[in-house]
Amino acid sequence: MSLFRTLREKPWEHEPALAGHPAAAPVDPLGPARIAVRFIMAIVGVLFFLFIITYLSRSQYPDFQSLAGQPWQPFNDTGRLWFNTGLLALSSVGMQGGLWSARRERLNGAVLGISIAVFFAIAFLLAQLDLWLRLQALGFYLSSNPANSYFYLLTAVHGLHLLGGLVVLSNIVFRVWYDGAGASLGGPLGLCTQYWHFLLAVWLVLFALLASPPETLNALAAMCGF
Amino acid sequence: MKLVIALIVLVLGSLLFHVLSPWWFTPLASNWDTVDTTIDITLYITGVVFVAVNLFMAYAVYRYRHRPAQKAHYEPENKRLETWLTAITAVGVAAMLAPGLVVWADFTQVPEGADEIEVLGEQWQWSYRFPGEDGKLGEVATRYVAPDNPFGMSPGDPAGADDILVRSNELHLPVDRPVKMLLRSKDVLHDFAVPQFRVKMDMLPGSVTYAWFTPTRTGSFDVLCMELCGIAHYAMRGRVIVDTEEDFKAWLGGQTTWAEQRARPAADPAAGERQYATCVACHGPEGRGNLQMNAPAIAGMEAWYLERQLRYYRQGVRGAHEGDTFGAQMAAMAGTIASDSALRNLAAYVASLPAADSEPTLDGDPRRGAGHFNTCGACHGARGQGNHALQAPRLAGQQDWYLKRQLKYFREGIRGAHQADNYGHQMTMMARTLQNEQSIDDLLSYVNTL
Amino acid sequence: MQHTALADQTLELHDPRSFVTKYIWSQDHKVIAIQYGLTAVFVGLVALALSALMRLQLGFPDTFDFITPGAYLQFVTMHGMIMVIYLLTALLLGGFGNYLIPLMVGARDMVFPYMNMLSFWVYLLSVLILLASFFVPGGPTGAGWTLYPPQAILEGTPGVDWGIVLMLVSLAVFIVAFTMGGLNYVTTVLQARTRGMTLMRMPLTIWGIFTATILGLLAFPALLVSAIMMLLDKLAGTSFFMPALVSLGESLEYTGGSPVLFQHLFWFFGHPEVYIVALPAFGMVSDVLACHARKNIFGYRMMVWAIVFIGALSFVVWAHHMYVSGMHPAFGFFFATTTLIIAVPTAIKVYNWVLTLWRGNIHLRVPMLFAIGFIFTFVHGGLTGLFLGNVTIDLPLSDTYFVVAHFHMVMGVSPIMVLFAAIYHWYPLMTGRMLNEGLGKAHFWLTFLGTYAIYLPMHYLGFLGVPRRYFAISGTEFIPESAMSLNASITVSALIVGASQLLFLVNVFWSLRHGERAPRNPWGATSLEWQTPDVPPHHGNWGPQLPAVYRWAYDYSVPGADQDFIPQNHPVSDDERSNAPGGPA
Repeated sequence: MSLFRTLREKPWEHEPALAGHPAAAPVDPLGPARIAVRFIMAIVGVLFFLFIITYLSRSQYPDFQSLAGQPWQPFNDTGRLWFNTGLLALSSVGMQGGLWSARRERLNGAVLGISIAVFFAIAFLLAQLDLWLRLQALGFYLSSNPANSYFYLLTAVHGLHLLGGLVVLSNIVFRVWYDGAGASLGGPLGLCTQYWHFLLAVWLVLFALLASPPETLNALAAMCGF
Repeated sequence: MKLVIALIVLVLGSLLFHVLSPWWFTPLASNWDTVDTTIDITLYITGVVFVAVNLFMAYAVYRYRHRPAQKAHYEPENKRLETWLTAITAVGVAAMLAPGLVVWADFTQVPEGADEIEVLGEQWQWSYRFPGEDGKLGEVATRYVAPDNPFGMSPGDPAGADDILVRSNELHLPVDRPVKMLLRSKDVLHDFAVPQFRVKMDMLPGSVTYAWFTPTRTGSFDVLCMELCGIAHYAMRGRVIVDTEEDFKAWLGGQTTWAEQRARPAADPAAGERQYATCVACHGPEGRGNLQMNAPAIAGMEAWYLERQLRYYRQGVRGAHEGDTFGAQMAAMAGTIASDSALRNLAAYVASLPAADSEPTLDGDPRRGAGHFNTCGACHGARGQGNHALQAPRLAGQQDWYLKRQLKYFREGIRGAHQADNYGHQMTMMARTLQNEQSIDDLLSYVNTL
Repeated sequence: MQHTALADQTLELHDPRSFVTKYIWSQDHKVIAIQYGLTAVFVGLVALALSALMRLQLGFPDTFDFITPGAYLQFVTMHGMIMVIYLLTALLLGGFGNYLIPLMVGARDMVFPYMNMLSFWVYLLSVLILLASFFVPGGPTGAGWTLYPPQAILEGTPGVDWGIVLMLVSLAVFIVAFTMGGLNYVTTVLQARTRGMTLMRMPLTIWGIFTATILGLLAFPALLVSAIMMLLDKLAGTSFFMPALVSLGESLEYTGGSPVLFQHLFWFFGHPEVYIVALPAFGMVSDVLACHARKNIFGYRMMVWAIVFIGALSFVVWAHHMYVSGMHPAFGFFFATTTLIIAVPTAIKVYNWVLTLWRGNIHLRVPMLFAIGFIFTFVHGGLTGLFLGNVTIDLPLSDTYFVVAHFHMVMGVSPIMVLFAAIYHWYPLMTGRMLNEGLGKAHFWLTFLGTYAIYLPMHYLGFLGVPRRYFAISGTEFIPESAMSLNASITVSALIVGASQLLFLVNVFWSLRHGERAPRNPWGATSLEWQTPDVPPHHGNWGPQLPAVYRWAYDYSVPGADQDFIPQNHPVSDDERSNAPGGPA
């Protein structure tokens, strides 16, 4: 545990190695960005974690009608959700492919990968929007049941984070484009890819929760002590 | 140097303030002396720490103040000292925590055989419900709440029929019997708190919370709402009267059950019309009122409001104050009403008369008045239309000179100060937010526009 | 933990070219810090004025016609929210965090200067949205700063149409601003420390700000979640927090939501928020004390551990705000225990501050006066916290003036004492001028004694059982007439304290032009921010070469040294190494 070792250092003692010759560690230009992305993922993780905790707690109130578990519930058939999941997964695959190419300095491959990622990310967002419209058409409105409210809310928040990712990605791509520095693409793209996979993971968790029948939710809620 | 003196003076001054302070816990009136003991323990421990740390600091500042050629000691840390301090602190903290947890365990365990009494909170009133003879509280639900069913009693549950419904801010409890207060709210968060009982608990719409205690001495105690619940939060007051067993039984016997309240026959306006003959002289044949006679317009007033006021007049709750000469007249007239059903018939007739707008007599600034009316509108409605659920009468259309007189009465305690006036104390507090005649005129000029 | 340092050349600096880029769209952390600070102080003055209005009503009820019950609640709400979020959080982290982090760790700027600039402008936007609620129909919300539903979004509460919506939107925007700033602070501390600046050589100020920022980053999402869900309840008719209810006689469409859920979310944010304010204050006061006592901070490692431990524990104590909220009473045992455990590291910090004074060489200059004032007020506020943290004692005392007095002592007066200490301490660095000593002392005495005269008696109103958030306390049997006189005296003290802040403002603005010119390191401080080539530091902070750090930030009065302080960038002499006390040599 290096953190504990660090915290036990006695800074008033002069360690010859550090004191006499302050050695600069190798510089990682992406270091700050890497730390920032980790923090962002932690923050977004906490955000969704809290949403999910409230979801589980709220699911234990009698007026909560889970969206799955009964034949007439929209997510009893999870086909649409799997389709959307597939789109987002392909987007992640595109990012990973683009990253793989960028690391080998194959600019064309990188551009192709990013294009696939962007295409499928947008397709995912549109498919989610379509899902919203379908639920609306079936009469599952935002305020008619807390489970519906959570569905719209969670998908919206997730979609917004994906949109944010797209903005950052386009920023990176344009910067690389204008600077003509394809070689430096790999680092930032790697961070973007991490974020992409993270959002896919978040979506899978949301998917599992939204499509859970009441029994599963009750069991989960019981585990959390609600 | 000044700082050293200041620190010492502040420490000693705080102790002195503590000893001399007339402001301290109200005398205990429940079984929760253990709560007070816990507080005393914490007070002594923290008091010692407060004095010790600050006096030590004052001494350090004095002893090691900057002087020429003085040099500070260099000592990065002192493991032994820090460990000792940590250990002593931990012991002190444990000494405070342990009794707290023990008492809390008592609080979470309601003794068997405690009487269950429901407290219903709503903006900004208290009501109470006793389980009745069967010892069981009937089922309630928000969807059943209506003006004639303020508790939301389920019509289908037979256990509710004998529930005793106390639609008043005043609750009576027998002394020396443990009670479990079941706390319920109809609208927002409230908190049932009686300082002398030491315990309090929030009331949550949608669920029932509880607190238990045993009143240990008879007397009258204030009930306060201690969770912010809107504009009139500060005026959401009630009273608990702890009685001897006999007094309590007598009081409880005088309350009505849900079945009795439902069984009351409908009022008959036709019968009321005949009685109204007595009222015509002052209030006029159509109930339009008469400024010369100091009689307000009563046509179209809500029957429930008229009933309440007539009862108050009869019972000496209203019109008995020596400053209220017109009220004394009215009290005398109300005394001539033969029975409660006659009273209800009369009210029903007056309520059926068509209301008419009144002539403004005041010359205020309605724009400024609109600001004041924000407060009134919370209960009386944004258009002054009145609100049965809140027992707030209609104001729109009422004569301004009459309203002005009543506001003054409320301000001065001529009206509303009687213990049994359930809503009067609230109006007194509200009327006191109007500081001068001009404000009252402004407000009523605005009411005239409604 | 790796100690990477940015090479001197790799950091791109956005050189300001015109007035606009220098002072308005500036990416220089020092300018952003000042922008943050001025904005925060401005809204803080608004909140101060609101508190004066509240006190007028409480001290002299039935006197002021324009203070209606609704307006009073609006003052309470806006005062609380502004002070906690828009003043303290913004000033401590956005202001001092921004100014001190790069200078104290030896960086040229924050690692993401552009995002840092955005952070300020988004913060300003949130302030403007908040202030806009004073000018909308119905005015700002009067739901109390805790914004508890259902009441916050129902009729019967002021500002239910516009005020509450603007409040929630403003909070959401503030969280975005804070997150952008916060990412900068943690990343800068982790990545941009100069050579030799190990974590354990950082001044406690940085430890406090760093830990507080992490708390903020992880706690603010809870506020965001509750704000979003409450907005939906208000605007879209969802029932996240809203149970079935009858509001003022009208049955609403809401179904069985849970108001307590909101409280859990709110306090999951709200309790760490206390430490988001307290930890930077702890850090800064440690440095001020050490510097003006000419002595190393006593027990540096314990101080760091305490900061980290308090920060971690602060996430598992939140429900001590909810002992009587109607949550399951069994939670009371757990949260009372965790809450009282947190008292231990906090007490250690107090001991170590006092022990820092012991055998010191204490210069009672204005920053030091405020720092010692802080110890006094914090001891008082911390000890009353032991009452409220203990679940049983909370039964009679919750929602009384005892709570108000406690949190004003611990979260209002104490951090503000530190803020003043910090401003008097670092003003010479920021402006190159000294603040006037006489005015400063007058300001200290009025503030210190005045606030104690406000809050000490207020605790006793709480013991008596006087409820908080009451527009008027007349009409009860248990509150004696003398309590009204006490309220009046509290109000007079509050007005004096409020007015005495003018001395401070005059001092700050007058000294900007006319103050005595500050020497380079007027207090003889060891930490890096005073070792810049220029005072005040120029853009980029350091000359061509970043400083190298050879020692911790508390080498005061080292035995055998010529001066009573050795700056952090001063190499260790052989002499020193051989006769270092306690060192391995």
